[in-house]
Amino acid sequence: MNLTLKVWRQNGPADSGRMVTYQVTDVSPDMSFLEMLDVLNERLILEGDDPVAFDHDCREGICGMCGMVINGVAHGEQKATTTCQLHMRHFEDGATVTIEPWRAAPFPVVKDLVVDRGAFDRIIQAGGFISVPAGSAPDAHSVPVKKDDADAAFDAATCIGCGACVAACPNGSASLFTAAKITHLGLLPQGGPERDSRVVSMVEQMDAEGFGGCTNTGECTAVCPKGISLDVIAQMNRDYLKAAK
Amino acid sequence: MAVTGAMLVLFLIGHMIGNAKLFLGKESFNAYAEWLRTVGEPALPARTLLTLTEIVLAAAVILHMWAAVTLARRAAKARPVKYATKKKSQANGYVVHTMRYGGVIVVLFVVWHLLDLTFGVVNPEGFAATPYDRVVAGFQPSRWWVTAFYVAALVMVGLHLRHGLWSAFQTLGLVGGRNRRLLNAGAAVFSALLILGFLAVPIAVTIGAVK
Ligand code: HEM
Ligand code: SF4
Ligand code: FES
Repeated sequence: MNLTLKVWRQNGPADSGRMVTYQVTDVSPDMSFLEMLDVLNERLILEGDDPVAFDHDCREGICGMCGMVINGVAHGEQKATTTCQLHMRHFEDGATVTIEPWRAAPFPVVKDLVVDRGAFDRIIQAGGFISVPAGSAPDAHSVPVKKDDADAAFDAATCIGCGACVAACPNGSASLFTAAKITHLGLLPQGGPERDSRVVSMVEQMDAEGFGGCTNTGECTAVCPKGISLDVIAQMNRDYLKAAK
Repeated sequence: MAVTGAMLVLFLIGHMIGNAKLFLGKESFNAYAEWLRTVGEPALPARTLLTLTEIVLAAAVILHMWAAVTLARRAAKARPVKYATKKKSQANGYVVHTMRYGGVIVVLFVVWHLLDLTFGVVNPEGFAATPYDRVVAGFQPSRWWVTAFYVAALVMVGLHLRHGLWSAFQTLGLVGGRNRRLLNAGAAVFSALLILGFLAVPIAVTIGAVK
């Protein structure tokens, strides 16, 4: 298949950037979206051009590096799918595809489609951990966990920190990500002791990074490759109100 | 947003039920309006309930708007560079994206509405007439455009509530899981019923069912 790509090109943080149009030919429908970009980049390199910079690592949907906005939708229109797992068979031959980086002030563009998601790391540093004396691993069944709590914590823990929720949110809010971490740690006994201080520091850090406020539009959960539910945001709000009391 | 919004919703419920007294006839409706002004007398001064309501409502509206403006400004700051592609909503449709301008339309409506039925400034019967006569005169068939404006504004109020109602519970952390989905559906049903209740009055007057 052949495609017309409109790709955001930006030489560096200081460059103002622009959309550039490319033709890619002989794309196999079995290729992933990133492989299609590899084809484009190989050609650009042969022609002596600068290849399109994009983040990626695992290419199997678990690392959270590969985010980009495809035709206006974070990770593309395919539900519950990261960009690296999105296949070209979902596109029509001859289609025009626009590709943009995540757009949010706390995620500055480094180059082309690569943004700096350091803001997420700082939210994690603010409280997304548990303090335990390290040593040999305890027996797995030494602390019982209710099945429902374990399931809910596990669901929240599937968040890969990709940032699609921020990219899709009309408010540029990081609530779904932050709430997923708070829920995941708070529901388990190991995360219990720091539950109150965690939610306060992480929410404060999220606000300090310049993310917008949540208005429950639900755009985040709709694009989340891991289907993190809005329930985690209710949980975060509940914990926050309790801790702030 | 959630707390002030909840106050406004409580007011709307009371207001809708109060308006329905119009169908019980002129005396009943005017007596109700009179009761609002005299309840608690002589223990309390005249208009105690009404004045208190007005103060709480005014405060709620102002704080609600202040919160909305703050959120909108934070949102604008959080996304200085816009997307080139027009974003299609991936969530449950467009209603949630009408909240900001929808809210402005509702406020403009409330201003007109107060000038119309509370102060009588833009009402043919004026301030001197009884509340019942003001309503009936305001929605005469010849003034169909007033009714049309009310219908449009009330539909906007309904859309605002359709999102606002469940969103308030979510913000306060009061729902999760199956309950959230139930509440979401409940919000749609409740908003529709409330707005139909409100719409009954102007439409009944305009088609001549209430004179
Ligand atoms: C068709 C629908 C409606 C009708 C027929 C109606 C009718 C009235 C009437 C007759 C009054 C004056 C009551 C009196 O002087 O005792 C009034 C007051 C008021 N209405 Fe409505 N109303 C409607 C919808 C709404 C809606 C949707 C809102 C808000 C979004 C609203 C907000 C108010 C406010 C804030 C007051 C003033 C309350 C006060 O003075 O304490 N109304 N309405
Ligand atoms: S909540 Fe979903 S969209 Fe947001 S960072 Fe985690 S995996 Fe990505
Ligand atoms: S490259 Fe790791 S999730 Fe896509």
